[in-house]
Amino acid sequence: GADPLITELQDWASYTGAGVDETPYGMPISFESHVVRRNVEWLTASPISSINFTPIHALDGTITPQGCAFERHHSGAIELRKEDYRLMINGLVDRPLVFTYEDLERFPRENHVYFCECAANTGMEWAGAQLNGVQFTHGMIHNMEYTGVPLRTLLREAGADIALDKWVYVEGADASSNGRSIPMEKALDDVLVAFKANGEALRMEHGYPVRLVVPGWEGNMWVKWLRRVEVTDMAVESREETSKYTDVYADGTARKWTWVMDAKSVITTPSPQMPITHGPGPLVISGLAWSGHGQITRVDVSKDGGITWETARLGKQGDTKALTRFYLDTEWDGAPMLLQARAMDETGYVQPTKEQLRDQRGENAVYHNNCIQTWYVNAEGIAENVEVS
Amino acid sequence: ASVEAQRAAELELKIAEVQAAASQRVASLTAPAPAVEGTYGIGRPALDEEVAAWDVDVLPDGRGLPAGGGDVFTGEEVFAEKCASCHGDFAEGVDNWPVLAGGFDTLADEDPVKTVGSYWPYLSTAWDYIHRSMPFGEAGTLTADETYAIVAYILYSNDLVDDNFELTRENFADFNMYNMDGFTVDDRPEQEYAAWRAEPCMENCKDEVQVTMRSVFLVDTPPEGGSDSVMNPASIDGLPSFTAAGPSFIPEAAPKPAPVVQKAAVTQPAAPDLMEAGEKVFKKCKACHQVGEGAKNRSGPHLNGLIGRTMGSVDGFAYSSVFAAALDEGRIWDEAALAEFLAKPKTYMKGTKMSFSGLKKDEDLAAITAYLKSYGE
Repeated sequence: GADPLITELQDWASYTGAGVDETPYGMPISFESHVVRRNVEWLTASPISSINFTPIHALDGTITPQGCAFERHHSGAIELRKEDYRLMINGLVDRPLVFTYEDLERFPRENHVYFCECAANTGMEWAGAQLNGVQFTHGMIHNMEYTGVPLRTLLREAGADIALDKWVYVEGADASSNGRSIPMEKALDDVLVAFKANGEALRMEHGYPVRLVVPGWEGNMWVKWLRRVEVTDMAVESREETSKYTDVYADGTARKWTWVMDAKSVITTPSPQMPITHGPGPLVISGLAWSGHGQITRVDVSKDGGITWETARLGKQGDTKALTRFYLDTEWDGAPMLLQARAMDETGYVQPTKEQLRDQRGENAVYHNNCIQTWYVNAEGIAENVEVS
Repeated sequence: ASVEAQRAAELELKIAEVQAAASQRVASLTAPAPAVEGTYGIGRPALDEEVAAWDVDVLPDGRGLPAGGGDVFTGEEVFAEKCASCHGDFAEGVDNWPVLAGGFDTLADEDPVKTVGSYWPYLSTAWDYIHRSMPFGEAGTLTADETYAIVAYILYSNDLVDDNFELTRENFADFNMYNMDGFTVDDRPEQEYAAWRAEPCMENCKDEVQVTMRSVFLVDTPPEGGSDSVMNPASIDGLPSFTAAGPSFIPEAAPKPAPVVQKAAVTQPAAPDLMEAGEKVFKKCKACHQVGEGAKNRSGPHLNGLIGRTMGSVDGFAYSSVFAAALDEGRIWDEAALAEFLAKPKTYMKGTKMSFSGLKKDEDLAAITAYLKSYGE
């Protein structure tokens, strides 16, 4: 019969709605309140030194709203006023300098969209299929448009020694300070000292008022609440670049300075949190692809666990070191599927299988797992995280 | 139908025209930020004492270390007071907090134990991190001598030095860590990229594919946020295999496991301003204590229903002996006792493992008391 939502007068079509003064800074409508960052309690000892996950299953396009972009803190997110903000540049420089927040706004600035991925994203999956949701297997990633000053501008201002065998050591103002060493070549290339994301001030949890943006490199180096840049003649070998964020091989030796995040992709719908509910017929398979080496040039999708591949359509030409959305517009016949995506970047790098990665690195690397992910979709349209032969 | 087709074709043409015109209007006007000759003259000189205050990092060769030293014996005392509540008396780690000792020759095992002794390549890393970022929740409060002593004790707990060892700035660079040669600089370009930059297979890439493992944890999302996960009881038996012809059969759906039910906690309202202030003060406690819905014991006991409960009485928490004694005596946490304790924890409860120096302001004490009072059992 006729749809009463159409034939009957509805409340919202008769009564008035919310006034313009009701939510000066809006939140998503209540019906979307499940689309939030989530943590997995047992992963860490305390939520203050922990991580949560972006709900990438429920987002589309490429830009991550700040309010649901994953957080990783080592001593909690701090409240630091712009007025109390200081940035020091020292070390091998002609002029050690201190900048205020206002000072930073007077340097020429740039806008760039970049992804930020934690080195541990997908890290739980090394030893096998673990968590049943793309938010948890791949949600340590976000993608924002940053506004900021190139780090090289500030290095030049201080008269830094920019010989390529030099390093910059960067640290935050929070209790962990999270110091990391960055080789000079990268510091001069595309590193940004950013103070806006997606057009607005950085949120507290993303490093308000100023954070470092290190395009294509592991998220731990994107120091939040950036307070100091020191030019040094060697890597500091801080806790975050030796005891953590190093990759242990099967033979017990480890790789260090593994900064670049290699090409990776994952299907976000359908996925365990996003089952197919509409039955057979037209189906949009969609997901995200990214590479720390540059642009995504191609994404292939398989419905049979890697026997046959089809090239997906990119939502738009991939930006360098930014998330690229892909779509495979297809027909679902209602039979089970083993869904996989495989990204390629402008260097010709092809995203590896789990088997390829394990052959190289074993199962204890923790970090930098960029393997091809498989979802088993059953005849009801329910998807599950699996591994395949 | 031919009219419809003609209209569609015209529409396509029109769209192409509009798009072509639009693309001509979009010239590339973007450019990187300009570089200038010389500098902008923005910022002010950093003063020597400012650089000294912030530039405290220590390089692998020991540059940056302040004068001083500390021995194992002193280190054991400092460690017990400031570190053991999370890392254990013998650096063995409590709950999920890091283990600092042992784990030698486990790096190639299924579950490597990466400790300061077994894994860290440079001693400077330990000194720098402890001095800079520890204790958790009270970073930046350790003196140079305390830091030397703690590092000496951690080396001792790893059997890397004798009990009479003293670590100083002078002998620091002589110390070689156990795993100093265990690291290779990133060699992915040679080991991996060279082989993986190849045109990928598109058809008949495998003969048959089977599911070899299903997710271990099914994730459940409680309404108040975060996520619980339950073990997935499903087996890989009964799943189809795949060939180029598609799945071998269409299986029946398996029943979904029941979600975990969450308990709601009871709270009593308090004055909102005081509550807000109390919540702020509680930030100093959060590293070790939880309160409210679902609060669990961490390095410290949960604080639900604190006011009125017997000291040392939370189930499943390993109290220090001073609290065990208070439990035996039946001492009760009332507001006065709490205020006195929080003002000077180590004076009020001599021997407590709580590494917190105390709240100095009366208004902070009032706020935290009100805040904790608002959380019932």
